[in-house]
Amino acid sequence: MNAEAQPILVMEKISKRFPGVLANDAVDLELYPGEVLALLGENGAGKSTLMNILVGLYRPDEGCILVKGQEAEIHSPRDAAALGIGMVHQNFMLVESMLVSENIVLGLQDLPLVPKMEEVVLRIREISERYRLQVDPNAYIWQLSVGEQQRVEILKLIYRGAEILILDEPTAVLTPQEAEDLNRVLQQMTSEGKSAVFITHKMEEVMAFSHWVRVLRNGRLMAVKKTGETNPQELARLMVGREVLFRLERKPARFGATVLELKGVQADDDRGLPALKEISFALAGGEILGVAGVAGNGQRELAEVVTGLRKTSGGRILIRGENVSNSTPLKIIRSGVSHIPADRIGMGAVGEMSVASNLVMKGYRKRPISSRFWLHPRRILEFARRMIEAFSITTPTPLTRLKFLSGGNIQKTILAREIDACEGLLVAVYPSRGLDVGATESVRARLLEQRDCGRAVLLISEDLEELLTIADRIAVLFEGKIMGLLPAETADLKTLGLMMAGTQAPGGFDAPGI
Amino acid sequence: MRLAFEKRTSTSKAVLFVVPFASFLVSLLLAALLLGISKTDPLRTYAAMFRGAFGSWSNFTETLVKAIPLMLTGLGVSIAFRMRFWNIGAEGQLTLGGVAGAYVALTWAPALPPPLVLPAVLVAGMLAGALWAGIPALLSAYMKVDETLTTLMLNYVAILFSEHLYYGPWRDPQGYGFPGTALFPDSAWLPRLAGRAHLGLVFAFALAVFLWLVLNRTRFGFEVKIIGHNRTSARYQGINVSATIVAALLLSGALSGLAGVCEVTGISRRLQQGLSIGYGYTAIIVAWMAQLNPLAVIPVALLMAALLVGGDQVQMIMGLPSAMGLVIQGLILFPLLAGSLFSEFRLIRLTGRRKGETA
Amino acid sequence: MIPLLTSLLAITLRAGTSLIYATVGEIYTERSGILNLGMEGIMLMGAVSAFAVVYYTSSLLAGLLIAGLVGALLAAIHALLCITLRANQVVSGLSITLFGSGLASFLGQRLGPVSNNRYLVGLSAVQFKAFPLPFLSRLPVLGAMFNQDLLTYAVYLLVPLAWFFLYRTREGLNLRAVGENPQTADAMGIKVQRVRYLYTIAGGMLVGLGGAHLSLAYTPGWSENITGGRGWIVIALVIFAMWNPARAVLGAVLFGGINAVQFRLQAAGTHIPAAYLNMLPYLATVVVLVIMTWWETLSKRIGAPAALGTSYMREEK
Repeated sequence: MNAEAQPILVMEKISKRFPGVLANDAVDLELYPGEVLALLGENGAGKSTLMNILVGLYRPDEGCILVKGQEAEIHSPRDAAALGIGMVHQNFMLVESMLVSENIVLGLQDLPLVPKMEEVVLRIREISERYRLQVDPNAYIWQLSVGEQQRVEILKLIYRGAEILILDEPTAVLTPQEAEDLNRVLQQMTSEGKSAVFITHKMEEVMAFSHWVRVLRNGRLMAVKKTGETNPQELARLMVGREVLFRLERKPARFGATVLELKGVQADDDRGLPALKEISFALAGGEILGVAGVAGNGQRELAEVVTGLRKTSGGRILIRGENVSNSTPLKIIRSGVSHIPADRIGMGAVGEMSVASNLVMKGYRKRPISSRFWLHPRRILEFARRMIEAFSITTPTPLTRLKFLSGGNIQKTILAREIDACEGLLVAVYPSRGLDVGATESVRARLLEQRDCGRAVLLISEDLEELLTIADRIAVLFEGKIMGLLPAETADLKTLGLMMAGTQAPGGFDAPGI
Repeated sequence: MRLAFEKRTSTSKAVLFVVPFASFLVSLLLAALLLGISKTDPLRTYAAMFRGAFGSWSNFTETLVKAIPLMLTGLGVSIAFRMRFWNIGAEGQLTLGGVAGAYVALTWAPALPPPLVLPAVLVAGMLAGALWAGIPALLSAYMKVDETLTTLMLNYVAILFSEHLYYGPWRDPQGYGFPGTALFPDSAWLPRLAGRAHLGLVFAFALAVFLWLVLNRTRFGFEVKIIGHNRTSARYQGINVSATIVAALLLSGALSGLAGVCEVTGISRRLQQGLSIGYGYTAIIVAWMAQLNPLAVIPVALLMAALLVGGDQVQMIMGLPSAMGLVIQGLILFPLLAGSLFSEFRLIRLTGRRKGETA
Repeated sequence: MIPLLTSLLAITLRAGTSLIYATVGEIYTERSGILNLGMEGIMLMGAVSAFAVVYYTSSLLAGLLIAGLVGALLAAIHALLCITLRANQVVSGLSITLFGSGLASFLGQRLGPVSNNRYLVGLSAVQFKAFPLPFLSRLPVLGAMFNQDLLTYAVYLLVPLAWFFLYRTREGLNLRAVGENPQTADAMGIKVQRVRYLYTIAGGMLVGLGGAHLSLAYTPGWSENITGGRGWIVIALVIFAMWNPARAVLGAVLFGGINAVQFRLQAAGTHIPAAYLNMLPYLATVVVLVIMTWWETLSKRIGAPAALGTSYMREEK
């Protein structure tokens, strides 16, 4: 950072209020040309809100923004784009059914009424070359991989003359190797005078990518540090406000009988392309088997196939010795399987119904909640009250609709419903995604509890740290195949990273069974 | 001052009652405007409508007559709508119920012992209605064919079919040229309770309670509600979504079919013109205004019937087009739909404090 | 043979014209993400208002203008309910149909001259008559295309223009984005609500014109059921056209064709009861729908605009 240069961006005392929460509390930010700034904080710390204000999606209640020294009024993404500010969101802002080139020029002010797409394509190719963002301008978005789609997003910003790029959790969807590619792209851009802000909650990213870091906690700016002058421990402490234990207490493993077995399982994804290719492994009671891998390599299909939500095209799935391949979800539930799905509101819970209703959605078919055809509302309420207390779910009343609860409490409700036995199988998919550290810790503690009392747990997670912390064994899923299956003690980030990118590491394979 | 909508953080019970009531009033206002433009005194018109619907015992029973099919089809439609299954086919299900009832009444009645005739006729009507709703249900549940159109198209088919029957092969040879079947035998007559209001009224009340119990006290009802809110969740919870949809739709169609067969055995006692006069479409308004609550369907249906009967009266007395009642009906939905916003959102004023002001 | 084909094509085009207007209109509406089930009501209102205006002013142009205006107004109500007030789009559309049908009946019993008891039924007025284009109208079979009324000729321009606008212009690009992914369109600076309003209202205008063709050209005059459920069939035609204006012609031709065949068979005095013939269009719609859905599940790609039927609201600013 050049001490004499002017900051290209200044955000002064930005405050933003939402019903019930102060998302940003007088936050300051400075960004210099050619610099990468990391915005670090837990989920809910206010980082996304701050950046959404910068790109015009929200309006600040207080504070002001200066771009290149001039005060700026940013009322919409268009205003932000005019000032050279652009954002790559976590959920890509791309229209799947349209071409790359169409997506890149969508909404451009100076696009002629009848645009000449050949010129557009030419310019895209120029930028691709320059920044090493290889992508086919004439491809449809739905044909591209996640990493390629991210490249389209960055291309889009540069095409529109962005000087300041904001990236929201950019590596969440990338393999370690792809993340390095992104790092190189960022270096290339900053060497040409562009600046970048990226939002993250991962310390390693901060250390690897950024020049400066600003830590937010509970909406407030806690610290401004030069990356070279700090370390992950200090950052973690600033982020969370207390010493963070990176390892949970784990009791020694006590494996029981085999609960789940997959033998050569194959399945297709929604488009009919193979998503699972000859998956085989076995899982015992009292064990947590973690499945690592970048999202999109078959995780969703694996969970769906085991829980009966997707048909297999080959192979067998056995639960406690019984073949349940292609059984209905109901049959599988009756075989003692619980499922904590990745999509909380879309699948795991019904927001419009009460907390109590959601809690009984698994057990309503059994006594005492129901008998024959009838449901007993009083017993449902009793059951709900017990669960709410046992799992510390914060809700005004048991009859409050679930959608009014916070994300963490929604997940607790789902957990309370699914953690209903100490035998059988629990499938948990990205269970701590989007939760703050406190909620994450409690989710992991519950998973360990299930394991300790004898249940088999299949944990599918993108968070390598999570897997290394609580899993007994870790498998890596890449393009529908298991690249390796290791005991957690012998697994390390490098080996796992290689497997996640498609290399079969030497000695990476345990026997598929126990 | 700028207004904005802010999501509510808890449901408001008051809104649930206020909105339907308020929207009825607003629609009366809008219709009054229309009447004013048409150089007719709205207050006189409404007074005449009220008298026409409730002014005398016989007027009241006539209102009941119109209310009964609205109650039954309203119940049927509401159960389908609970699952977000847009069953617009109540009109056709009702018609076919009448046709099936007529068939049994005219063809089998002589062969059956008298006490069995009426039950057989009613059951036939319900089965026909169930079938007519079941076909789109199967197409939707198992082949993902959009139900809005299929239910609708089947309306036209059913109505054309029924017309063909009573103009053609089933026409009463002694009918003096009027299109329609012969009069049903006595054993197939649905008893009347007061004026022309028939036993269907009792069925409607009983079924309203029955549906309420099913929806709120049974596993099936619980599953229906879950499917309506979130089909993906329902599948994940192990519910057999397709089978439940078909079952609920069979019930829905049976209710409309019952409405049709009651009309035919309780009022006209023959199959003729005048069976399909739009009850199936009005039922949608009834169901929506009742917020899909079976118990609320009863009073709402009565209100709608009052509008229809009052409208007819007004036509005769004041020379207004018979379509007046229909226009008011159509108008009711607008404020109702507009008001549904308020159950989810609150109107707030943006203060817009910006830079320079200290907190 | 040739005279038969020619006359079939002629009837098909005449019957299909109102359908094409309405289909193109609804395609544009649905492309913005809004489902408008009110078309039956809008077509009826378009038909009755056009006829009433033409009866009193003898100006076909005025009739068309009013029909378009009426269609736009009804669609605007639907837009207000669905877009700003976030009402359920299915029920809102149905309410437009119920209201529009009721109002059309009302007007049909009220707008007529006193001499006819204020009824519009049974009257006649100026119509759009077919006029042949020189030389082109003498072509074998295809000549039927060039012996039509003005509104049908306008369709020959409307369809290619509608296609070009949707797929080759900036505005069409924006429209498609809004219907597929309103969040993205919003983030890219497109005014989503404005786009939805614009194309819902424009679509309604075209549907109104479709109704006008019925009372001013196809079955001149006014009668209570002049649309015969066409407004509903259009919904299927939009799906059949896969939301592509160029393909709208196919569906309209198909149904125009069924109409034509009905006429022919009845005129020829077949043994099939009239009722069954009349059922043809409705049954055909169901069959078309089933086939389209089945094919779509197979191909997995060509489908409705992804955000069709959803409401969109940006988080508070």
